[in-house]
Amino acid sequence: MWRDAALVAERDLRVELRSRVAINQVAPFALLVLVLFAFALDPDTGVLASATAGLYWLVVLFSALLAVSRSTSIDEVDGIRDALRLSGLAPAGVFLGKVAAVAAQLLLLEVVLVVAVAVLYDPELGGFPLMIATMLAATVAVASTGVLYGAVVSGVRVRDTLLPVLLLPVLAPVLIGATKAFETAFGAEGLHGWGWCGLVSFFAVVYLVAGSLAYGALLEG
Amino acid sequence: MELVVHFRAAVALLGRFPALAGIDLDVAQGQIVLLRGPNGAGKTTFLRACAGLVPVVEGEAEVLGCDLRRNPRGVRGRVGLLGHGTGLYDDLTVGENVRFWGRAARAEAADVASALALLGLDGRLRDVAVNKLSAGQRRRTSLACLLARRPALWLLDEPHAGMDAAARDQVDSLVRQAVAQGATVIFSSHESDRATALADRVVEIAGGVAVGPDLKVAADVA
Repeated sequence: MWRDAALVAERDLRVELRSRVAINQVAPFALLVLVLFAFALDPDTGVLASATAGLYWLVVLFSALLAVSRSTSIDEVDGIRDALRLSGLAPAGVFLGKVAAVAAQLLLLEVVLVVAVAVLYDPELGGFPLMIATMLAATVAVASTGVLYGAVVSGVRVRDTLLPVLLLPVLAPVLIGATKAFETAFGAEGLHGWGWCGLVSFFAVVYLVAGSLAYGALLEG
Repeated sequence: MELVVHFRAAVALLGRFPALAGIDLDVAQGQIVLLRGPNGAGKTTFLRACAGLVPVVEGEAEVLGCDLRRNPRGVRGRVGLLGHGTGLYDDLTVGENVRFWGRAARAEAADVASALALLGLDGRLRDVAVNKLSAGQRRRTSLACLLARRPALWLLDEPHAGMDAAARDQVDSLVRQAVAQGATVIFSSHESDRATALADRVVEIAGGVAVGPDLKVAADVA
């Protein structure tokens, strides 16, 4: 299973490097939304700085929708789904490989976005261990849920519009937990940042296990 | 001789439509069987059912000793299907595609290299992205992916489609070579004369069933 996961992750990342969708479309989209938030919420009033954590994770979620949609679509065209079913690859391995590839792209994007919010929103950055742990846990949760729901809507004609409708409500706990943990890292008082990070990690594990178990059946659907 | 495919009164549905409506067909190991018939006759469904991709809901269906009604997934690692889709990643090169599908099936690096060479894809074409290839070259790449996996049963849906004469000869030669090494081949084709010459048996399919006796039975198969 792990060997299959590594094989699929390598393939997805190679496809991504060649097509450059993440670099040319997802990253500019994410940065653009950050800038638009800055326009919408006047930086001088302090609202922007206090909402930084929430806005950051919203942008990550919106960008994840694009990354997941892309990850789903590369396996849908021209008989690839059948080829995957016949390949002998363990479905759990395919799932974990796709999660790893999406997570790698999201992690890179998140690092870029941290730099961008530092420049644009001027928050009090700190608590880096908590930030890094939250980013890792939330990224795994978002990627695993995304790949799982990507498989659910795979083959549906209105896949692109259905995916956000299904995915965003499921990811709401991750958004809340990651935002609270980041607020703590940014210096907010009275919040239990590591507790929220733990909650996000719990969701990451649940979605990862559920996806590994369900992906084979979804591939057949 | 050992039966590789055994279908008896097998029914397979596409939605509610019985694409296979009680088909009887046995194929012995080492045979090259051509399925002939009009569009919509059930040829593609039969090939996909043999690969465990279309569920058989009634009758008997065994492929490579695996009961498809009980365990359709059991046969998948051992069959190779060349379907209407190429099964290729457009952004990857020919070599990367063949290597990926070969490694997925635990093929050795030598098998991958040999598949590329046999299909004439080991030169400049190996490093060309699939989205830059012609339809015939894509078909050859798909065939190389199948060949790298060394399946026991080859299921080829219109294997000559989109190919020039030289590539079609190459396909025929590969099929004969695979059979000489112990594989079994079932294919459909509209290339009537060429396909009939390649096949040991020609089976007519219409309305989801095999019609009448075989149209051709080679002397060594009869």
